Amino acid sequence: MSLWVDKHRPNSLNKLDFHKEQAAHLKKLVNSGDFPHLIVYGPSGVGKKTRIMCLLRELYGSGVEKLRIEQHNFTTPSKKKMDISTISSNYHIEVNPSDVGNNDRVVIQELIKTVAQTNQLETSSQKSFKVVILTEVDRLSVDAQHALRRTMEKYMATCRLILCCNSTSKVIPAIRSRCLGVRVAAPSIEQIGQILQSVCKKEGLSLPLELATKIAKKSNRNLRRALLMCEACRVQQYPFRPDQEVTEPDWELYLKETANLIVEQQSPKRLLEVRARLYELITHCIPADVIMRGLLQELVKNCDGELKLEVVQSAAYYEHRLQTGQKAIYHLEAFVAKFMAIYKRFFEEGIADLF
Amino acid sequence: MHAFLKGGSAALERAKEKSASSSGDKEEPAKKTRQVPWVEKYRPRSVDDVAYQDEVVAVLKKSLQCSDLPNLLFYGPPGTGKTSTILAAARDLFGPEMFRNRVLELNASDERGISVVRDKVKRFSQHTASGTRPDGKPCPPFKIIILDEADSMTSPAQAALRRTMEKETKTTRFCLICNYVSRIIEPIASRCAKFRFKPLSEETLTKRLLGICEKENVSCDDEGIKALLRTSEGDLRKAITYLQSASRLKVEETITEADINEIAGVVPDEVLDDLIMICSSDSYEKLDTGLRGLINDGYSASQVITQLHEKLIEKEDLTDKQKAVIFEKLAVVDKCLIDGADEYLQLMALFTTIMHQICHG
Repeated sequence: MSLWVDKHRPNSLNKLDFHKEQAAHLKKLVNSGDFPHLIVYGPSGVGKKTRIMCLLRELYGSGVEKLRIEQHNFTTPSKKKMDISTISSNYHIEVNPSDVGNNDRVVIQELIKTVAQTNQLETSSQKSFKVVILTEVDRLSVDAQHALRRTMEKYMATCRLILCCNSTSKVIPAIRSRCLGVRVAAPSIEQIGQILQSVCKKEGLSLPLELATKIAKKSNRNLRRALLMCEACRVQQYPFRPDQEVTEPDWELYLKETANLIVEQQSPKRLLEVRARLYELITHCIPADVIMRGLLQELVKNCDGELKLEVVQSAAYYEHRLQTGQKAIYHLEAFVAKFMAIYKRFFEEGIADLF
Repeated sequence: MHAFLKGGSAALERAKEKSASSSGDKEEPAKKTRQVPWVEKYRPRSVDDVAYQDEVVAVLKKSLQCSDLPNLLFYGPPGTGKTSTILAAARDLFGPEMFRNRVLELNASDERGISVVRDKVKRFSQHTASGTRPDGKPCPPFKIIILDEADSMTSPAQAALRRTMEKETKTTRFCLICNYVSRIIEPIASRCAKFRFKPLSEETLTKRLLGICEKENVSCDDEGIKALLRTSEGDLRKAITYLQSASRLKVEETITEADINEIAGVVPDEVLDDLIMICSSDSYEKLDTGLRGLINDGYSASQVITQLHEKLIEKEDLTDKQKAVIFEKLAVVDKCLIDGADEYLQLMALFTTIMHQICHG
């Protein structure tokens, strides 16, 4: 038994639930027998990967669904050995080069170039090109992106790249200018509601509209999350009730509590407690930037006008340092301390003004 | 035994027949026309075709006449024809047959660490090239090493080039290509003739694009061309790629401004106007929902910043001081985004600054 998310994943461009116009465009693109390099971008959980797989299926037929996992070994110029796993079919290969961290350039240089340089033997019966899917391109180092540039042009005849990322801000302009951008926007709340209902129908369940809307709102327009939440609700209680509680992930609740602790009291002792809680979150693999965003969202609720500005500015400041720095906890803690200082000063000034 | 041999020969004959018939079959299916990206298809073949870079072309032509070249350093923004120019020049110099063994092209997709510079480049540059072609005609007695995207070479690797460049001038010319001349170390830069490639002018772009439209039978209205000019910012490659992508998406339909904008990922004007309106309402919550919507729609923050800059600079109800404060923040945010900071937080910081400036500044 698989999760609903996987079970009801559309597998052809016709079956996609939203952005139908875009799907039609993509279909036209593929039907002409050829397409340029693509860069598919959009927030997470909106079906970028689904769209890519649909596209490939349209292009090559059902053969793309026979997947195998392969291990590739590389040696860096500095004689360091590493391996990376790829998912491939006869027609495409999918790699996440950022898996190997700093050495992603070598992967691009070795793996992609080898794939790109190999010609298809029988061009009369199949397409003359293979497809390479690179995921999380926004986490590629700049070096690796530079290495992609010329490869993309030189081996256009034998290979098409599909790049997949959350945001194009971190992709260098030289690559962006070589690709056709496909923006996948998040579905609207109503669309998510409809999809949830249709999925439930397929499962033989009935989902009241109120609950569907409630889940959709909680999901922040993230379809994957909405489906998971919906399934969680099903496990919790069936038949559904319109006023049913939608459970949020427990780490989010934990984060909210942490934020409340910060607002309650500003002292070195509290800072220590907060640090312990932050460590707890980090050890559970919650990304630091998600923690930062969650904290900000909760903290700002307790501030007024002027203060909000200051808090947002410092959150942005510390998050930037977090990205360039080494250890996340320093910067998270610095942000908490900064907030405490700002908040306390604001209150003391307020009290001083009273007298 | 005899029968066996006979059988064997018969089998052989059959095999022969088969191969004959199959080879006959092979000729039938017409060779599929390879789809070439227009960028490659319309790459200039000779130096004369290079668009807009008049000074560079003039110098190159002069040196082609006396079939000698200095060491070259080309720099300029992407899509202005740097790689095309040197490839075209090399083709003019050597002709298509000799091109292969006289030109070594290394780009960022090749390993270019210090060891490669020491081994591969040095060895290639030490070979002597003859002054005559195989058919006896004279040709320039040197080879060309093209180091494309040289700004991504490490500085030790660049330093290793220094002496090689000087020592091998008899047999080898170097051509370095980069976007930012400041990333090339001074000793290398001083050994080369520097040429700046400027972003292409609107007329040149229009002329080229219309030419391609005509040859490829693509219809594109005036607004579409204007949108291409605006989004490409003088980058011909970008413009051509967008044009080709659009033509693939809209088979046999006229390409309009909206198509180009969607492909280029341009944020619609209304969305930005809305955000600026929200900023003047001084409500944090509204701004928060607005920005989340923007990010959920998948627009990239860097694009938002670029367009916001254009919008705000013309906005008349802001004083110069307010603009200065906002643009300073804009610059900071831009840097942070390049460093990989979170888009939501950075945009939030930027927009709260704008809000503060509009309402309280």
